[in-house]
Amino acid sequence: MKIAIIDYGAGNLNSVARGLAFVGTPGRITGDPAEIEAADALVLPGVGAFEACMRQVEPLKKVILERVDAGVPLLGICLGMQMFYEASEENGRHEGLKIVPGTVSRFAGGLKVPHMGWNSLSVEREHPLLKGIETGSYVYFVHSYRAEVSPCTVASADYGGAFTAIVSNDAGNAVGTQFHPEKSGPVGLRMLKNFAEMI
Amino acid sequence: MLQIRVIPCLLLQGDGLVKTVQFKDPKYVGDPINAVRIYNKKEVDELIFLDIMASRKKSLFGPKATGPRVDLIAKISDECFMPLAYGGGIKTVEQVRDILGTGVEKVIINTQAVEDPAFVRRAADIFGSQSIVVAIDARRRPDGKYEVYTHGGAKPCGLDPAAHARRMEEMGAGEIFINSVDRDGMMNGYDLELIKSVSSAVKVPVIACGGAGKIDDFAPAVKAGASAVAAGSFFVFHGKRRAVLINYPARAELGSVLD
Repeated sequence: MKIAIIDYGAGNLNSVARGLAFVGTPGRITGDPAEIEAADALVLPGVGAFEACMRQVEPLKKVILERVDAGVPLLGICLGMQMFYEASEENGRHEGLKIVPGTVSRFAGGLKVPHMGWNSLSVEREHPLLKGIETGSYVYFVHSYRAEVSPCTVASADYGGAFTAIVSNDAGNAVGTQFHPEKSGPVGLRMLKNFAEMI
Repeated sequence: MLQIRVIPCLLLQGDGLVKTVQFKDPKYVGDPINAVRIYNKKEVDELIFLDIMASRKKSLFGPKATGPRVDLIAKISDECFMPLAYGGGIKTVEQVRDILGTGVEKVIINTQAVEDPAFVRRAADIFGSQSIVVAIDARRRPDGKYEVYTHGGAKPCGLDPAAHARRMEEMGAGEIFINSVDRDGMMNGYDLELIKSVSSAVKVPVIACGGAGKIDDFAPAVKAGASAVAAGSFFVFHGKRRAVLINYPARAELGSVLD
């Protein structure tokens, strides 16, 4: 079993790699399209600004989308999850990977932004990623932009209103978390284990 | 519901952990890796490491500043399954990249943010505001006004903490860490006036630090506007005699005073 942690020059790769190793399914950090194509599962991490990350992912976009279409599990984390959407309004409007419909936009309404810290999940529908995880579990978020709740939402969280905490495509193989499972203690590590079991 | 973050703030001196009083008299309290392992078990919300040797021009404890020690930071980061922030001696974008590359979530910039505010903007543009924290060490002057200190609390720089915080927000800081030098290690409660003045000046989250001595000290800091509360002595000492004991209250106990 091979998990490729996609290295596109940004993102917090080491924490994700460490989390996967801890649950017994080590991943390989790689930016090589051939290795990504050969992997049994993909992880798309991400921190930073949307446009810069999309630009860096661009050369790998084709292979990622082909693998998702082929049913290979893909886990997007934080900005990696936001890249699933059609577009983001961070610093203008920039197109995403279009794995799920919708747009990512900034938190509004006098809130302290970034939304930073431990917030509780409301499970909206079943998904293998959530095996053994209940509504009310706390996970670690740090982000200034968010996607609204839609039919693709697997779990939501509340910060001045509900937003999407976990999103998935219709097939279920592409799943993204707005929070950082690799930094969310036992709950997050369980999700990484659940993800590895999706292979 | 978003929980109020409760954050142990640990001081590095050399390879060991120390705790200071008013930024002076560092007392050895243990090994950083051992502390992280205990905090992992206790499921702390987040950890902050500050290297007190890293930015002093002429160190109180040695001849010269060390700058960030990426090898030590990497060892600490390797053990952390909670969000981690590091501060101390950061002056370049390359240092920020190296530190974030070890798996640290946030870097904390203090002296360099005063000496070169545009550095904060450069770092935020590249790594995102969410990974850039500006720390402000402040003291109350005899006239009652607050003043920002740099170089590990050694050098007054004439800035007002609230005005400096607002400027740093404009530069792209995603979070402000406000520390009262006067209250450091005193365990007699946070400087609520300072917290209020800084958190009302910015829209980004503010972490309050300096003075926590008991669990009931946290709620007033939150009421004063803090989004998160940090403490040193409270999490490393136990009892009136200040015996060293790495500790962290159960979430339910924290919830009973904070939520």
